[in-house]
Amino acid sequence: MMPALGTGGVNPWLAAAMIGGVAITSTIGEVCTAAAMKSIGDLDEIRARSGLKGAIVAVLTCPMFFVGVGFLAIAFFALLLALNHLNLSLAGPASASLTLVTNAIAGKIFLKENVDRRRWISACLVCVGVYLLAH
Amino acid sequence: MEQRRICFWHSRRNRTRSYQLTTHRLKPSQYAILALVGICAPLGDSFLARGMKQLPSISLDHPLVLVAAVFHPWIAAGIVMLICFFACYLTALSWADLTYVLPTTAFGYVIIALIGRFWLNEQISVYRWAGILLITVGVGFVSQGPSLTEKDLPWKDAPETTSEASEAHS
Repeated sequence: MMPALGTGGVNPWLAAAMIGGVAITSTIGEVCTAAAMKSIGDLDEIRARSGLKGAIVAVLTCPMFFVGVGFLAIAFFALLLALNHLNLSLAGPASASLTLVTNAIAGKIFLKENVDRRRWISACLVCVGVYLLAH
Repeated sequence: MEQRRICFWHSRRNRTRSYQLTTHRLKPSQYAILALVGICAPLGDSFLARGMKQLPSISLDHPLVLVAAVFHPWIAAGIVMLICFFACYLTALSWADLTYVLPTTAFGYVIIALIGRFWLNEQISVYRWAGILLITVGVGFVSQGPSLTEKDLPWKDAPETTSEASEAHS
């Protein structure tokens, strides 16, 4: 029988699905937000040129930004749902560290970022580090 | 002849520019924004948690109590910190890669753990020290590399072309 690692009596597959759901929705939100900010341009330059109001208008008139924020909101409620069923010591660190790795994969595929060996190693080190720190 | 000289000047400048952009380094003010991203998020969460624990348990039958909770000093401070976090996070994403910003800002977890150890006198287990070490190494590793993958972004080319044209003209 598979041991329940802090799943609070929940089926381990269901627990994995909940944590995966948080990581996936969070990753979609982060990628959409990052794509929106890249399409807008350097906010420091926009603020220097058009002031704080201009920077806020530039962000709030980008539809992709709202898609990203929408998915981040879904990720937040998915995390609340996971915390309702799983132990905090499992759901918190597992979703936070898994999101780092899924973001590295999504950044390479969808944002065409140069995720070289240095960034892979760094993402994995931070992923394990966050898990150990929050566990 | 003049045209060829300008073309040569352009290609030389472009080569120099592409080298500078592939080894893209951040300014001190940009490092400060990354530090704020890392610090504001865990501090905001801590303030919210502290504020919510001081309130009596809230039932979903009375959602207006949640609205009143916003005016609790710790919760208001938490919301302000999280607004600061989001503003700094969006700014960072506008000039750095997502895969650079996320590992770099994870250093905030380490700062919070160290504050807990040396200010609040909390005990930190061996596992947590190992986590702090791994995050520190990971952040140091990624911050040595370029912060931005250069692509043909319309907002990047426009001002560069203008300045090049004016320099070539002069």
